[in-house]
Amino acid sequence: MTGGGERERSMVPRAEFRSYYGRPILKRPTWKVPDVPGYLFLGGTAGASATMAAVAELTGRRELAGAGRWVAAGASVAGVAALVHDLGRPERFAHMLRVLKPTSPLSVGSWILAPFSTLATASAASQATGRLPGLGRFAGFGSGVLGPAMCTYTAVLLSDTAVPAWHEAYPELPYVFAGSALTGAAGAALLCAPRADHGPPIRMGLLGTAMELAALHRVERRLGLVGEPYVTGRPGRLLTLSKALVVAGAGLSLVSGRRAAPLLAGGAYLAAGLCTRFGIFAAGIASAQDPVYVVTPQRQGLGAAGLP
Amino acid sequence: MTSDRNRLSGPLADPTADAGYPDTHPPRMGFFTDTSVCIGCKACQVACKEWNLVPAETGELDLLGQSFDNTGALSANNWRHVAFIEQTVTPDRPPVDLGMPAIGPPAGDASDAGDGQVRWLMSSDVCKHCTHAACLDVCPTGSLFRTEFGTVVVQEDICNGCGYCVPACPYGVIDIRPGDGRAFKCTLCYDRLGAGREPACAQACPTDSIQFGPLEELRERADLRVTELHERGVDEARLYGRDPQDGVGGDGAFFLLLDEPEVYGLPPDPVVTTRDLPSMWRHAATAAVGVAVSVALSFLERGALERRKP
Amino acid sequence: MAECHPVGFQWVVEARERGATIIHVDPRFTRTSALADVHVPLRAGTDIAFLGALINHVLSNDKDFREYVVAYTNAPAILREDFADTEDLDGLFSGFDPDSHHYETTSWMYEGARASAAAGDRDRWPASGDEGGPGAADRQHGGGELRETGRAHSYGAGGPALSGKPAMDPTLRHPRCVYQVLKRHFARYTPELVEDVCGVPRELFTRVADAITANSGRERTTALCYSVGWTQHTVGVQYIRTAAILQALLGNIGRPGGGILALRGHASIQGSTDVPTLYDLLPGYIPMPHAHQHQDLDAFVAADAGTTGFWGNMRAYVVSLLKAWWGEAADEENDYRFDWLPRLTGDHGTYRTVLNQLSGECKGYFLVGENPAVGSANSKLQRLGLANLDWLVVRDLRLIESATFWQDGPEIETGELRTEEIPTEVFFLPAAAHTEKDGSFTNTQRLLQWHHAAVEPPGDARSDLWFYHHLGRIIREKLAGSTDPRDRPLLDLTWDYPTSGPLAEPSADAVLAEINGHGQDGQPLSSFTQLRDDGSTSCGVWIYCGVRADGHNRAANRRPRDEQSRVAPDWGWAWPANRRILYNRASADPEGRPWSERKRYVWWDAEQGRWTGEDVPDCEADKPPDYRPPPGARAQDALAGTDPFIMQSDGRAWLFAPAGLADGPLPAHYEPYESPVDNPLYGQQTNPALQAYDHPANRYHPAGSEVYPYAFTTYRLTEHHTAGGMSRTLPYLSELQPEFFCEVSPELAAERGLEHLGWATITTARTAVEARVLVTERIRPLRIRGRTIHQVGLPYHWGPNGLSKGDAANELLSVVLDPNVRIQESKAATCDIQPGRRPRGPALRAHVAAYRRRAGLNEDEGTPPGAGEGQR
Repeated sequence: MTGGGERERSMVPRAEFRSYYGRPILKRPTWKVPDVPGYLFLGGTAGASATMAAVAELTGRRELAGAGRWVAAGASVAGVAALVHDLGRPERFAHMLRVLKPTSPLSVGSWILAPFSTLATASAASQATGRLPGLGRFAGFGSGVLGPAMCTYTAVLLSDTAVPAWHEAYPELPYVFAGSALTGAAGAALLCAPRADHGPPIRMGLLGTAMELAALHRVERRLGLVGEPYVTGRPGRLLTLSKALVVAGAGLSLVSGRRAAPLLAGGAYLAAGLCTRFGIFAAGIASAQDPVYVVTPQRQGLGAAGLP
Repeated sequence: MTSDRNRLSGPLADPTADAGYPDTHPPRMGFFTDTSVCIGCKACQVACKEWNLVPAETGELDLLGQSFDNTGALSANNWRHVAFIEQTVTPDRPPVDLGMPAIGPPAGDASDAGDGQVRWLMSSDVCKHCTHAACLDVCPTGSLFRTEFGTVVVQEDICNGCGYCVPACPYGVIDIRPGDGRAFKCTLCYDRLGAGREPACAQACPTDSIQFGPLEELRERADLRVTELHERGVDEARLYGRDPQDGVGGDGAFFLLLDEPEVYGLPPDPVVTTRDLPSMWRHAATAAVGVAVSVALSFLERGALERRKP
Repeated sequence: MAECHPVGFQWVVEARERGATIIHVDPRFTRTSALADVHVPLRAGTDIAFLGALINHVLSNDKDFREYVVAYTNAPAILREDFADTEDLDGLFSGFDPDSHHYETTSWMYEGARASAAAGDRDRWPASGDEGGPGAADRQHGGGELRETGRAHSYGAGGPALSGKPAMDPTLRHPRCVYQVLKRHFARYTPELVEDVCGVPRELFTRVADAITANSGRERTTALCYSVGWTQHTVGVQYIRTAAILQALLGNIGRPGGGILALRGHASIQGSTDVPTLYDLLPGYIPMPHAHQHQDLDAFVAADAGTTGFWGNMRAYVVSLLKAWWGEAADEENDYRFDWLPRLTGDHGTYRTVLNQLSGECKGYFLVGENPAVGSANSKLQRLGLANLDWLVVRDLRLIESATFWQDGPEIETGELRTEEIPTEVFFLPAAAHTEKDGSFTNTQRLLQWHHAAVEPPGDARSDLWFYHHLGRIIREKLAGSTDPRDRPLLDLTWDYPTSGPLAEPSADAVLAEINGHGQDGQPLSSFTQLRDDGSTSCGVWIYCGVRADGHNRAANRRPRDEQSRVAPDWGWAWPANRRILYNRASADPEGRPWSERKRYVWWDAEQGRWTGEDVPDCEADKPPDYRPPPGARAQDALAGTDPFIMQSDGRAWLFAPAGLADGPLPAHYEPYESPVDNPLYGQQTNPALQAYDHPANRYHPAGSEVYPYAFTTYRLTEHHTAGGMSRTLPYLSELQPEFFCEVSPELAAERGLEHLGWATITTARTAVEARVLVTERIRPLRIRGRTIHQVGLPYHWGPNGLSKGDAANELLSVVLDPNVRIQESKAATCDIQPGRRPRGPALRAHVAAYRRRAGLNEDEGTPPGAGEGQR
């Protein structure tokens, strides 16, 4: 599939464009790898897991709920750690909660992540120690309610930038992330939860797979030149791999009677989730690095001139 | 809806008042950089660094080979950047950027190049202090703020280096300073403005290519200037960032250019990303609902609720 | 100008905005060209051909400002019959002595006037420092047989004195009048010649000629600006002469918007020639006395006594100077201690001194704000000289290459010098920057601007004033009580500057007071016209007299431009007498009326009986236009009311210089000493009187050498300052131009396989340097003499020390000098360029030697075959 990038590339007519010595117009995002794409994955997995745990709790699947809580707590704590590590001044992480700014997805996200991770951790802690079970359940439901927001706000985080590939994909990116979060949580559940509880995660995975594939497909089709980074180079390869893995995960999850199948399916789902986030992250970087993705679309009227 | 829209994009008469300052606030101040008189002396770059104690480049110095530009772009350590563009201009044809010369005879018809006149464009770039500043909008800590002069400034003691402002800027201005971790950019010499002085770069500029003043006044001056240049036959003169109708609601620091913006490394028609933020949130909310619904659907099976009973 | 004088260039930009046409003539396309209306790329070293063709254009099309020319220039003066022009002698003027390579200038004189080049009489040492040559001793000590060597500096701000009125033909028809001579002299300087010699297409030349002539005359004026690039040629003085002829013909001198503006290379270079730091001048352009000519004051000033123009008062200037230096100890009885002044014995110029260092004659050296180890032509020769001293004092802001050459200079690497064998003891004394001391800058328009110390100098850094004051104080303390007569001049100096502060900093204001001068009552003088030759006045620099009139430091005046007239007399103080345009009497017609309302500046107010206007009139304010000197009048009284050029002995601008120049009364195009082509105008290839030094480390290339086929020129960039001592150590400047590069055209890059940003080795007979390559269309190949001539551009800021490093372009240059002022030809030479880095260590010497062998340059004798005819 490595040749695919070039083939697809040639499908998009590359208009002549001028630039300043070919230098990028935009700054390369300074977010660190693996911190930020890793967080995108962890946050989504945690969010969907918490929601799954809450519904599992409601539907009496205690063990599935327990597994979901563990995943939600573990992934959100790891995610917070990744985000703090990504800061230029980590000791100032608390400044994130100085204000609540609706115009800043990171501020909104902080106000989602902070209670979410607190609640998820509290519910897992209660579960582990057996203390304050009522509060623990309440915390679990709370994190379950915040869970969907955890899955999709990160798409706004990326889209609300000048990075062409991220910004132009803003109508689809939440669904890509939502789908990927569902498969991620499903994958984690397939790995951790008892076989008897695999029904819901299998269905979650299938729904997630469909949502992610459909949204990604639309990104690739709709964006034209700006979508190029999603199908070329390293990000293109990562996303191709992601699609293959998620399809494999979905297929494996439907295989019955094989002990290893759910484990392989879970692993494939999680790997797909990582590939999706790293791929999308890398596509944005690539589009910021090449001035053609800034100049040509703006020249073609996607800039201010294209304002309704 | 209109007012909401204009808080995020579109024309906004008084961003300072919009930011909550009382009516008594000073007029919006800005830069008009007239590149038609820039001589590329880089005094602005040096004056800026001297006044604002901006660190010199770290590491090995290297020649960039981009004409006389060895800075490359605006960055955390370069709040002014003078671009140098070498072109050959043949009458009745668009200028040819010479770019990075390579080995071998000059590209194209040699006799062609011989006829062309060399044109050397210079332009001192700076933070645009947008009417709708994406960096400010997306800053989660409130470190970036709008001053009483309508400019956009980073508070060094608040910034935690989250880096969100960096990809948010449609001009590629603000950046994280290596080794420091915080974001830095032009402050339009906020400290000097407070003391009634003009910014260091404008004061150092020998040819008044960099003009500082109330934005309204600068816009009028720029309109006159561009008309004057057109009358003189400089048809390629155009203003960049002057129009309050543009994608960022007009720049606080705008330019008179002699070629397309991208030739100077400027985006031709940028839009503040937060213009689309309401729509983004709507999509994200729908997708979140999609997650919740999907999870719920996944548990839809016979006896699902019965199992809950002990 | 935008490159080197960005602050001054704002006025050019302002003029452009007000409708002026800006024409930039330069081998390369610079930041100035970027803002100019017309850029004229020409071959380095061919400006006289270009300017000469402009003169020819003016003369052959009758475009001169005829009334101005007849009344204010020496165009009507009739020359002697025995004068012969370069047209007659194939590139030589009459009077050339092929053995000594000097001119005997009697035949250049006006008919009827005596050849009495006043300062020249005092100035009869040979231009050549060629002591080894036959007859050198005769020339040095030969008394009356000395040739007129025409040291331009020694004529001071004016020209040599003339006595007797020349015969004049106001109709300008006399075949021997200057106007007709000029016309014939430049007749072959045509647009076609410009194309052939300079590589400037004739259409472009015509465009320039039309623009300049259309913009000159009664209603309009044109200004010429030049930087040191014009001066650094073996014909540098004649470059300026050519410009002066053009401007005088067009009536562009002494009028607003006109003139020739010399842009100096450093903030106060004008001040350093005014006060001065030149070996052959005393303050205010008074010539330095000569050991064998000027035994007493009378002999010294004799040539000027009884002459015309303001130099006629020289005795008053000299006596006031001696009173300033020796105060009470100087009186009429002891000839005002004239015998205590130092004396010249010959050429003590910087390059001569380097040779004296090499020969062991010069044993100690002060370097003050100068970095010859990378900043002077043939840097290696400079370093070899420094390495042969007993002691060297370096005063600079940072450890420059001239202070560290003994440990890390290029010769240590090549093995030519060994640190332990260098006898020079180097004393490095850090200097204070201008922000750390009080003082004045004098800029190119003679404007003194005071600066106040903003901070104390760091560490051991001290101002130059501190250094010399305390050095003098300590020496005087050591000599105190001495009865040795030779110590008297030191002990009797007026060395009484008050000091203050923790560093005992001497008062710069007290020095300014001494420079300004005072009368017997101790009160500050207000004008040099108050100076007397009877010892009643004291004045350190006569042309600066009045800068501290009434005890007020006028150099510190800073009234903004919008609060005063356009002449801005209250910004700083301009010598002389705060006059902003010299010779401004020429802004009015002979009757004293402005030439035009548009260009009015100063004029005669008949009612008041005074000159008036926007500026201080450059003539006696009450001298009416119809004043005619009575017979026997002297000094300024001998000038008529219509004579604007009051420092000239005939009051006129000299189109033809009957005396005062070593290399001809008129400029002629000669090729640079190292040129890729022959001279199409004359059989004489180069300036016949130029000064060359043969030395194994100073080999020259033959003209048209195939081994060194390319022309190169050196220059500055905005980002750095001269040889980099003040900029290469500063991070903010170093990052802007981080390393040495060369600029080449795409065509040359293709021809030699040079890659953009790759390395190139540039080789001359002196050495080879390496530079990063910038391939740019801003450098254009030129069609010259039927060939394509490539030029290599080399900024000369670099050296091995500091943050921004690189080889020094000046390593490549030879030392070959203009005969008038002994400036080196650093703007035009030849070289080879090849891709890749230069050899290191001893291999570098082998590389250079191989080139020399291929060029046929004998390793032992330096004379280049075919290029040395009659020049040494």
